[in-house]
Amino acid sequence: MRVTFPHMGTMSFAMQALLENLRLQVVPPPPITNRTLMLGAKYSPECVCLPFKVNIGNFIEAIELGADTVVMGGGIGPCRFGYYAELQQEILQDLGMRVNMIVLEPPQGANGGLWSRISKLSVGQSLWHVAAASYFAWHLCKGLDGVLQSLDLLRARETVPGSCDRIWNAAQKSIGQARTYRALRRAEKEIRHEIATLSLHLHKRPLRIGLVGEIYMLLEPKVNLHLAERLGYLGVEVHRSMSVSDWVARHLVPNPRARMHTRKVHEAAKPYLRGFVGGHGLETIGESVLFAEGGIDGIIQVLPLTCMPEIVAQSLLPSISQRYGVPIITLVLDEHAGEAGLQTRLEAFVDMVGARRVHRGGGVSCAK
Amino acid sequence: MPSKVFLGLDVGSVSTKVVAIDALGQVLASSYLPTQGQPIAAIQSALREIARALPPGVPVAGVATTGSGRVMASALVGADVVKNEITAHATATLRVLPSVRTIIEIGGQDSKIILLNHGVVTDFAMNTVCAAGTGSFLDRQAHRLGVPITALGELALQATSPTRIAGRCAVFAESDMIHKQQTGHSLSDIVAGLCEALVRNYLSNVAKGKTIVGPVSFQGGVAANVGILRAFESALALPVIVPEHYDVMGALGVAYLAQPIAGQTRFRGFGVVAANCQVKGEDCDGCGNRCEVVGFSINGRVQAYWGDRCGKYSHENYLSVGT
Repeated sequence: MRVTFPHMGTMSFAMQALLENLRLQVVPPPPITNRTLMLGAKYSPECVCLPFKVNIGNFIEAIELGADTVVMGGGIGPCRFGYYAELQQEILQDLGMRVNMIVLEPPQGANGGLWSRISKLSVGQSLWHVAAASYFAWHLCKGLDGVLQSLDLLRARETVPGSCDRIWNAAQKSIGQARTYRALRRAEKEIRHEIATLSLHLHKRPLRIGLVGEIYMLLEPKVNLHLAERLGYLGVEVHRSMSVSDWVARHLVPNPRARMHTRKVHEAAKPYLRGFVGGHGLETIGESVLFAEGGIDGIIQVLPLTCMPEIVAQSLLPSISQRYGVPIITLVLDEHAGEAGLQTRLEAFVDMVGARRVHRGGGVSCAK
Repeated sequence: MPSKVFLGLDVGSVSTKVVAIDALGQVLASSYLPTQGQPIAAIQSALREIARALPPGVPVAGVATTGSGRVMASALVGADVVKNEITAHATATLRVLPSVRTIIEIGGQDSKIILLNHGVVTDFAMNTVCAAGTGSFLDRQAHRLGVPITALGELALQATSPTRIAGRCAVFAESDMIHKQQTGHSLSDIVAGLCEALVRNYLSNVAKGKTIVGPVSFQGGVAANVGILRAFESALALPVIVPEHYDVMGALGVAYLAQPIAGQTRFRGFGVVAANCQVKGEDCDGCGNRCEVVGFSINGRVQAYWGDRCGKYSHENYLSVGT
C-alpha cells in the first residue's frame, strides 16, 4: 500500500507525519504547480470549485509516482465537499487509475464507520499506536501553525524583505520533517530562536487585516496566490480566522477551549445568520463580527468561485461592514492566475483601509 | 517657465497615458497613445511627446506609475512611486473635483467604481469576469458597424427610439445587435441601445449593491462617449460630470502622488525613450513552482526582476525600488 493525500497548507505535513508514523509507505503529492492545476482543471467538472480541481491534480501527480491509495476528507451538510471523495474516485477510475480511496469523515452518529476506515490504514497496529501517531501529528501541525501565525504578524515589520519567508522555508524543512518529539522540540526551539532574533521595525504600527472565508482558500498559499505574504509585503499584519490545527481542535478532538471558541463565533453570528449553511459560511460571519468588535482595520473574505456557503456569507457581510464601519472586500479566486488583478485590488484595499485609519484619527498608517 | 515638473504614467492594457504637471498641479502636457500590445514602445513614444511639449531644460522632480503595466513602467523610467489605479483615480478626482462622491471609471479592459466620503475612499469595486462593459468592446462594435469610435456617442444621441440590447455579455450583446440590424433598426437606435446596455451591465455587475451618491464623476477613455454619458445620467437620475482631463485621470493622480518627492528622484531621464529594453523570461528550477522569472534589462543591464513567487529575485527590487 502506497498512500497519498491532498495538499492543504500545513495539513500536508501533519498527514505525512501521521502516515509515516503508522509505518506506511507514503507518496506525498508533488508541490502544487501550474501542471497540477492544469491536470485538475482538465479532468474535473467545469463548474466545480477550485479545491476539487487541485485535489484531482494532486492525486494524479501522486499516482504517477506510484501511489495506490488516497486518503481524502469527507464532510456533511450543504457544502458539495461531502461528495467530493466519491466523485474523485470515479474520475480517477475513468482515467484507468486503480486506486483505493479511504474517506475520513466526521463521525455522524455511530463512530464505527470512521474507525473501520482508519483501521484500513493501521493494519496490525494497536489502537494505542494509532492514537499516539495522531497526537504527534497534531503537535507537529500546531507547531507549524504557530510559526505561520507569528510570521503573518511579523512580515509587515521585517527590516530585510524576505527574512520571514526564509524562516518559513526553514520551518517546513525542520518542524515539518520531524518524526519524534525530540526532533520536533529541537526544531521548534531553533525556529523560535530565529523568530526572536528577527530584525524588525519596532516603531511601526501596521494596519491589521483579518482573513475569513473558505478554509482551503484561506490555508493553501499556492491556491490563494500567497495572499498572506502579499499583504505582509504591503505592510499589513495578517490575522487568519482559522488554521489547520484550529480546525482539528474544533471538529475532531474533544477540546473544551476550541469548543468555547466555536460557541462564541456562533453567538457573534446570530444577529446575521442563525444556522449552519454548510462549509464555513457561519464561521465567516461570526469571525468577521469578532474581528470587527476587536477593532480590526479591514476584513478580506476569500472564496473559490461557485462556493455556496461563502456566497451566503458574502451577502451578509455588507451589513456587518455598515454596522461596525469596517471595510470588507471579497476575493473570488479560480484557476486563472490573474495575479496583477489580485495585487491591484489588495493594494487599493490597503490604501483605503490606511486612509480611513488616518481619517478616523487613529494615527499614521505605516504601509510600506 | 515652470521651475520643475512631475510626471505621471498610466500604462493600461489598451492605452498608455503620460501627464506632466508643475509644482502647483497644473497640467503642462499630456499624451494618450494606444498600447497596442507593446507597452515599452508606447511609453517611449508618449515620453517623447511629453519631452517635446515641455520647455527644454526643465528638471523632472518626481515620477510615478500606475496601471496594469506599472511595475514594468517603473523599472523602465525609474519611478519614485508605484500605485494601483484605484488610489490613482481617487487622488486625481479629489484634487480636481473635491466634492465628488462617486467615480465611474471605464477604461479599455476594465471598469471600476470608487465611492468617496470626506475625501477618503470608502469602497471600491472592479469588474471581475466580464469585459462587456468596457472600451475594447465598444471599439470592436464601432469597427464592425463602420463608425469611427469618436463618432459613436454623437450617433447614439440621434436615436429616436433606442432598441433593447442584452448587456450581460459581449457575445449576447453582439448577436442581439446583429439581429436588430438585420430586422432594419436604424444604426443610431442600435448604438443608443448599446450605450444603455453597457450602462445596465456596469450598474448591475460593477456597482452592484453600492449606493451611488452624487456628484458623480465619469472618467476613463469611454467618458468621451456622450451616448454613454447620457445613458448614465438617465439611469442614475443624477448629473454626471466629465472632468477636463477625463482620459488621463489615472496618470494625473500618480503625478500628484509624485509631488512630495521633491529633489531626489530616481528618474532615468528622457534618454530612456531611445533605450534598448529587453524582457527575458526564464524558468527557474529552484523548486516545484517552476516560476517564469522575468528579467528586465535596459541597454544590456538587468534593472529588475519579477514573476518569482518566492521573491528570490524580486526581493532585490524591493531594496532598490520603493513603492
